[in-house]
Amino acid sequence: MELSGWGRHPVIQAEMTPAHNHRVLQEKISGMGTLIAYGYGRSYGDSALAKQVVGMRPLDRMIEFEESTGLLTCEAGVLFADIVKTFLPRGWFLKVTPGTKYITVGGAVAADIHGKNHHIAGCFGDTVSHLKMIGAGGETVHCSRDHNSELFRATCGGMGLTGIIFEAAFYLTKVPSATISMTTIKTRDLVETFEAFEKHADTPYSVAWVDCLAKGGSLGRSLVMLGEFEGEDANTDIDYRPSNGTTIPKWFPGFLLNNASISVFNKLYYAKAQNGSSKKRVGVDAFFYPLDRLLHWNRIYGKSGLIQYQFILPKSAGVKGMEEILQEIAQSGIGSFLAVLKLYGPANDHYLSFPMEGYSLALDFKVQHRLPELLDRLDRLVLKYSGRIYLAKDARVSREVFEQGYPQIEAFRALRKSLGLDRKFRSMQSDRLGL
Amino acid sequence: MHNTRILILGANSDIAVATARILAQEGADLWLSSRNLEELEKEAANLRTRYGVDARGVRFDARDFDSHPDFYSGLDPKPDGVVLAFGLLGDQQTSQKDFDQARAVMETNYTGAVCILELVAADFDRRGKGFIVGISSVAGDRGRADNYIYGSSKAGFTAYLSGLRQRLHASGIPVLTVKPGFVATKMTVGKPLPKRLTADPEMVARAIVKGIRKRKNVIYVKPLWRVIMGVITHIPEKVFKKLSL
Ligand SMILES: Cc1cc2nc3c(=O)[nH]c(=O)nc-3n(C[C@H](O)[C@H](O)[C@H](O)COP(=O)(O)OP(=O)(O)OC[C@H]3O[C@@H](n4cnc5c(N)ncnc54)[C@H](O)[C@@H]3O)c2cc1C
Ligand SMILES: NC(=O)c1ccc[n+]([C@@H]2O[C@H](COP(=O)([O-])OP(=O)(O)OC[C@H]3O[C@@H](n4cnc5c(N)ncnc54)[C@H](OP(=O)(O)O)[C@@H]3O)[C@@H](O)[C@H]2O)c1
Repeated sequence: MELSGWGRHPVIQAEMTPAHNHRVLQEKISGMGTLIAYGYGRSYGDSALAKQVVGMRPLDRMIEFEESTGLLTCEAGVLFADIVKTFLPRGWFLKVTPGTKYITVGGAVAADIHGKNHHIAGCFGDTVSHLKMIGAGGETVHCSRDHNSELFRATCGGMGLTGIIFEAAFYLTKVPSATISMTTIKTRDLVETFEAFEKHADTPYSVAWVDCLAKGGSLGRSLVMLGEFEGEDANTDIDYRPSNGTTIPKWFPGFLLNNASISVFNKLYYAKAQNGSSKKRVGVDAFFYPLDRLLHWNRIYGKSGLIQYQFILPKSAGVKGMEEILQEIAQSGIGSFLAVLKLYGPANDHYLSFPMEGYSLALDFKVQHRLPELLDRLDRLVLKYSGRIYLAKDARVSREVFEQGYPQIEAFRALRKSLGLDRKFRSMQSDRLGL
Repeated sequence: MHNTRILILGANSDIAVATARILAQEGADLWLSSRNLEELEKEAANLRTRYGVDARGVRFDARDFDSHPDFYSGLDPKPDGVVLAFGLLGDQQTSQKDFDQARAVMETNYTGAVCILELVAADFDRRGKGFIVGISSVAGDRGRADNYIYGSSKAGFTAYLSGLRQRLHASGIPVLTVKPGFVATKMTVGKPLPKRLTADPEMVARAIVKGIRKRKNVIYVKPLWRVIMGVITHIPEKVFKKLSL
């Protein structure tokens, strides 16, 4: 079958074996040759792509919920959307959630995903208590921070390269409502944008949308969005109805999205927002998962697909590093429909986890002429400022650029080798990066 | 579905799992039964965790006929409705050569089904309440060269359900026959199924729950199947035997 990540680029022919149950999975793995786990395909590039993949969605049972601690144990194919639907009405929410709820628990662990609250809550792996996995020989392996801790640190952020996660236990957090009180701050340039983040570093959720085509004195102008759950007290009867999205058709013509229309969109979007700061109340879905309202929104990029480029720079790079990169993008004239800037807290000790204390920018580019050169230039700037690239979004980075960003890469490689994982679990991405 | 307990026979089938989830979401308590107790217990835990209902796994082997009376009398509380989902497709070529496999198919889809449903029917009849759902197949509407062992066992089961429906009508106990057409489940993994004629387990499950609520007699999940089978059953045998359908 044809398989791709969310960016619909690259598209490959692959054989998908559905993981109907854990025992079948164990048997199959030993006889299968090299393979990689495929969650819900929301990583953008080639992290979950290989000739043979194991589809994890069928393993979607919730096993246990411990009301006293918030510990949820479930199989790896459970979707975040199901967790929110099941537990938000009872007063519980994910401690860490990305910008889409259509990802699996396994994918969340494997990419050690982060949300708008990284500066306060860390990564998804930091909320995990323990994991059950299938190793290279089909054997069951348990790991946690205390038990097989190296494997645990390699698995959170390990992009499926340390085995198949079939069960995970992680903590949910109590919330008082399904409503977020949101403040939007309109900033005039990058300095103001950074200042807004720093000033509100105590606010649980923050993210900025950057007008990446603005130049000169307006470079880095943004809408910084801050949020926190409304209400004070724990609540065990919350009114929450998930919103259903609209579907973008398969044949959506990609030419509608071009650099001119992106520029117009960016200008209007920025202009529409009130000057200074404004407040409103929004639902959980609207705040955390705005893009999910357009199902298959990746289709607006047409057949050629899109590439998301996400990098992070350490705080020491300051405004200067981000400024130089934004200038490079603005000058290229290749627009990004969505450019998202975020403040991050300290890094954890997971070998390949992406976040570090600093600022990250994520850009969506339609696959087009001149884009590869632009991204190569951005790679060099990222390295110049000691930053790194997010594997979950990547489909193209070179081994050299990647390695320089991840100082624990050799420990990761050594562990893979010593457990024979490098001969069993491989993706197009891991082959490209020699992981 | 509150204060209702439903027994699912063959609860590890993908269609059964999807059905159990809708029923649990609507508040029904459940008995989940089939051979692989480990898997049943996981799904029971899932239903408890997600929907807060009382769901329990219990071992049941359709082919172990002698065990059925103890199995059924051991259920406490007794079910108010039964969904029979177990089934065995087998492989036609193998079934032709190896009678043991043919027998497994027949004993699962027909004999085993009759054996347990007679116990259920007697109980429901006595209590004057309940409903029965049997998942049969369009393959039972007419025997075809490439699956007649499975098809004939399902034909027997369809005829059985039809008779049972008549018998229990007087007691007000509805019997629903489900003919799902192609469904993408672990039974059909790797088989090239035509997209337009193939349902997913959730779609079948929704049709089943709607069928229960509306006290339907026979449902084809995708309406097109009713048309197709209407045509196929009307082709004269003279012609039919020469076709490769
Ligand atoms: C609209 C959108 C917004 C996003 N926002 C964010 C964000 O805010 N923050 C963020 O961090 N990410 C974000 N992402 C990226 C996304 O969260 C990650 O790519 C996530 O890993 C996707 O999960 P998945 O289940 O779809 O996994 P897939 O994309 O299918 O796989 C991703 C990786 O996980 C591995 N994997 C999957 N399941 C298992 C398993 N059971 N065992 C072992 N390995 C496994 C795969 O091998 C692969 O390497 C976003 C993506 C989209 C489309
Ligand atoms: N899939 C299709 O295209 C399709 C089309 C038409 C009709 N159907 C019918 O729909 C029903 C469900 O199909 P499905 O595709 O969901 O099936 P499935 O996923 O293959 O599951 C069938 C289940 O039946 C159980 N089973 C088999 N033999 C049994 C026995 N002797 N005793 C107890 N349980 C037994 C098995 O559970 P354990 O291993 O735990 O025992 C198995 O999980 C079947 O009756 C099938 O014939 C399916």
